[in-house]
Amino acid sequence: MEEKVLEMLAGICEDEIVKENREVGLFETGLIDSLAFAELLIGIEDNFGVSLAPSEIDRNDIDTPQKIIDLIKERM
Amino acid sequence: MSFFSGYEFFVYLIMLLIPAVILGLKEKPLRIYRISLTLFFIWMVYKDSPMELVYLAVYVIGASYLVKIYLFFRKKYEKNVYIYGHAVFFALLPLVLSKVGGLYGKNIFGFLGISYICFRVIQVIIEIYDGVIKEINVTEFLMFLVFFPALASGPIDRSRRFKTDNERIYSREEYAELLEKGVYKLILGMFYKIVCSVYFYELLMDVFAGRYRPQYIIGYAYIYGLYMFFDFAGYSAMAVGTSYILGIRMPDNFNKPFLSTDMKDFWNRWHITLSVWLRDFVFTRFIMDSARKKRFKNRLNSAAAGLMLNMALMGAWHGLEAHYIAYGVYHGILMSGTEIYQKKSKFYQKYKNKTWYKGVSWFFTLNMVMFGFLIFSGRINEIWSVAVRYL
Repeated sequence: MEEKVLEMLAGICEDEIVKENREVGLFETGLIDSLAFAELLIGIEDNFGVSLAPSEIDRNDIDTPQKIIDLIKERM
Repeated sequence: MSFFSGYEFFVYLIMLLIPAVILGLKEKPLRIYRISLTLFFIWMVYKDSPMELVYLAVYVIGASYLVKIYLFFRKKYEKNVYIYGHAVFFALLPLVLSKVGGLYGKNIFGFLGISYICFRVIQVIIEIYDGVIKEINVTEFLMFLVFFPALASGPIDRSRRFKTDNERIYSREEYAELLEKGVYKLILGMFYKIVCSVYFYELLMDVFAGRYRPQYIIGYAYIYGLYMFFDFAGYSAMAVGTSYILGIRMPDNFNKPFLSTDMKDFWNRWHITLSVWLRDFVFTRFIMDSARKKRFKNRLNSAAAGLMLNMALMGAWHGLEAHYIAYGVYHGILMSGTEIYQKKSKFYQKYKNKTWYKGVSWFFTLNMVMFGFLIFSGRINEIWSVAVRYL
């Protein structure tokens, strides 16, 4: 499951670095912008059945690959 | 009396904040005191325009019924788009009416603060639809809508964030920290608004208004931009500072906007609570919806359309006059242009982190922003007609 999240994330960010470094800051490095954020929410819902509302989560709660994995696990 | 202007307001404000400070430092709840102060200032500000006071009361009470009724339907019928659409429609209708009225110089249900209050109501409805809000306490909801520091001109807080602070009783140390930040922001805001914005306004009127040579028009754009910043950022800082002293950690509205290195950066720094609101409740949802319905051929088209919609709404929110719409569309073009350029350009990818590139980009952004203010000021028409006369 973790691999699947990272695979999805790499596709959205168009950068393989997210697979190698799970602590990379996604928003501060610009890997995720507003467009990618929307795609991330769709990806999480479609792949893992976890639906998150755009205003529900604080960006600080999902600013690294690891935090995204943790959040999905928690909600699944 | 007006919020955050004039001797009388500040005398009352400072006097009435003292009991809040005492309560806060004694680790007492501030909730009831916030309600009393809010009622007092609403009365003082609106008493000279009783019709607006009536509209305000009708709208916020109506909105309370609306969210309660919608919450009931949401529980009963789950995510029903038809009911959801109606709830948003009813919340939005008074705002649209007042904006249309404004266009014809008439007051149709317009009152001070309607644009801000309406957006607070709509976010609650959207979050009920999302299933994020499951309960509503009417007193707290009303306070969220009309809490006096932010009532008339923002910032636009979030109901769930407001709720956590509203229920919270701070320890002495925590409150002392809030107080320190609050006083700092309040004084900074007063300095911005009373000293800087007044200075730039006078400069604008004395030197630049009514002159049409290019250097004066450029000067007007810059000075007007600075005036707008100090006026609005000053107001916001005072509103945030006052909220802090009253125990509500209202989000900031400005973060050094003139240091922005691109347009996206600018909208993360200027009128932040509005742009974040639009991002969360319009842009992101539009992109998600478009992806599901396969509305666009690729993601870049979808982003460009989303940004155009987002910024056009931003313009219209200020008013339906042509210059506000033009301002929104102008920023829509800049934002989608930036998005496409940053995604497609090899040049950008290669040099974006270089100091010289950032410098050039900053200069370009600043000028685009200042030209935007010239559109916003509504002076383009006047300049145009003068230009035509000379040609």
